[in-house]
Amino acid sequence: MSGGILVIVESVAEGISRASLEAIAYAQGLGGPVKVILPGAANQTQADALAALAVDEVLLADYSYPEGAGAGGYDGDGYVAVLAEAVRRLAPDQVFLAHSYGARDFAPRLAARLDLTLVSDCIGQEGEGDAVAFLRQMFLGRAQAKVKVAGEGPRLVSLQAGVARLEDLRRGSTPAPVSRTSLAMPAAPRVAAQAPLREGERSVDLSQARIIVAVGRGIKTQENIALAKKLADLLGAELAASRAVCDEGWLPIERQVGSSGQTVAPALYIALGISGAVQHLVGMKTSETIVAINKDASAPIFKVADYGIVGDLFQVVPALIAALEAA
Amino acid sequence: MKIAVCIKQVPSTSAPLQLDAGTRWLKEGETTFETNAADNHALEAALAIRDQLGGEVVVLTLGPERATEALREALAKGADRAIHLVSDQAPGLDPATVASLLASALAGEPWDLILCGLQSDDLGHGQTGAFLAEKLSLPQASIAAALEVTAEGQARVKRELEGGWYQWLELATPCLVTIQSGINKPRYAGMKGMLAAKKKPIVKQPVTEYPAGLTRQSIDELYYPHKAKQTRMLEGSPEAVATQLVAALNLRARP
Repeated sequence: MSGGILVIVESVAEGISRASLEAIAYAQGLGGPVKVILPGAANQTQADALAALAVDEVLLADYSYPEGAGAGGYDGDGYVAVLAEAVRRLAPDQVFLAHSYGARDFAPRLAARLDLTLVSDCIGQEGEGDAVAFLRQMFLGRAQAKVKVAGEGPRLVSLQAGVARLEDLRRGSTPAPVSRTSLAMPAAPRVAAQAPLREGERSVDLSQARIIVAVGRGIKTQENIALAKKLADLLGAELAASRAVCDEGWLPIERQVGSSGQTVAPALYIALGISGAVQHLVGMKTSETIVAINKDASAPIFKVADYGIVGDLFQVVPALIAALEAA
Repeated sequence: MKIAVCIKQVPSTSAPLQLDAGTRWLKEGETTFETNAADNHALEAALAIRDQLGGEVVVLTLGPERATEALREALAKGADRAIHLVSDQAPGLDPATVASLLASALAGEPWDLILCGLQSDDLGHGQTGAFLAEKLSLPQASIAAALEVTAEGQARVKRELEGGWYQWLELATPCLVTIQSGINKPRYAGMKGMLAAKKKPIVKQPVTEYPAGLTRQSIDELYYPHKAKQTRMLEGSPEAVATQLVAALNLRARP
């Protein structure tokens, strides 16, 4: 069988990555047959999570090295090998995957291996068949482009976080068929990976947050972050920051939102004292609702905000905290 | 240690963007350019390794004539020599084509290490480094938040994952590493460096042939993002705006 959509998904410790599930929801929304492939080792939880979705087939595509070398860890060479094999064999019309940090490692190499072009970090598409154009941001989100792809072969496209909503992910009425394969890698691994580690006493996955309270240069001192933290705690929100704040060391870099940090799309993003440099906006502007509080009425953050408050955050935030406590 | 650093000149991120609907690119004459942010960090990483282990740092760019400026700046910071693949087509080429051209230019010399910035601030594909690794059949590590190279030729890379996770990778040189912004503090080009740069060679190689069938992506339309949302400005005293916001969003304190 050829045609249809193949979605490459990535696993996380507790199952399938949120961005990968969004990519599946996106593919389901386009209509037509959807298969999903999980490269690397898959546990039963991950297999079951995928089989429960409204997809035509689940492929669990593991790989192994001679004498068990590199077992279990991430290996870009292994990913590229199993994915190239699957794309050749299945010949889908389109291949989607999340534009994750992992994808940035293996997806361009997959494209190179298959002599395809990769349209990355897309936010949607228009048209059908040969006329399809993929929408993507350029110049750190300051411009948008419609990109067409010429030539034969599947359209290989990576998708920005938030391209589809998890609520739209459809589950199947019966479990999807699951196939397990394991590809023998011919040589020893070229890259030795250690187990992933987290730094700091408490690490955060901003991409999973429903509400984010973010601070920028306007917070002025490290001590003032406690004010933002209080608001975040009241709302059950995660604390995030612009690059300026992380460069100062006031918050760890894992809380940085923007082009050199995380891309987030929470239900609510509250920007405190963030002017809205393009490098920051590109990481948060697809949030469902954006609130900006800034003393500079001309700050670019207001252009992407749903609600804007021109004012001193040191007056507005305490008032907001008081209003929440009273509500 | 023989190190190549691929850099790109991109429109300044602090100046307004002047799009040209006709060419589906920028109004080049009204645009100021600068070296891509992540590439500056890649260059600094290369210079630091060379300063520690010896060897040479060669900067390479694919771009129109104006991109020489980025190379000159890199030389002033301490790179030893530069290669400029001169192409007026460069801004419109897709990452596959760019990587193929870079691969051809690099193929003639025995590199120990090739560094690239994670992504460009113009096209923002984030592909060129990884594509290049595949073209050169090199092992690669991407999104490096730390990079150590020993005199014996072993590279240790702290790879950034999402959600605050990292992973240490070990790979032997020759290899390719893509560098995350913020990994180091790029040095400035001093007056002495700028003077020294004038004596350093920039080899210009005009690109006359493009790999057939590779530039498969074309920009059909380039435009400013439509503002989809109306911003509702809340006005009044801090207490008044706070109350309005809590009501408008139905905000509740977490129990």
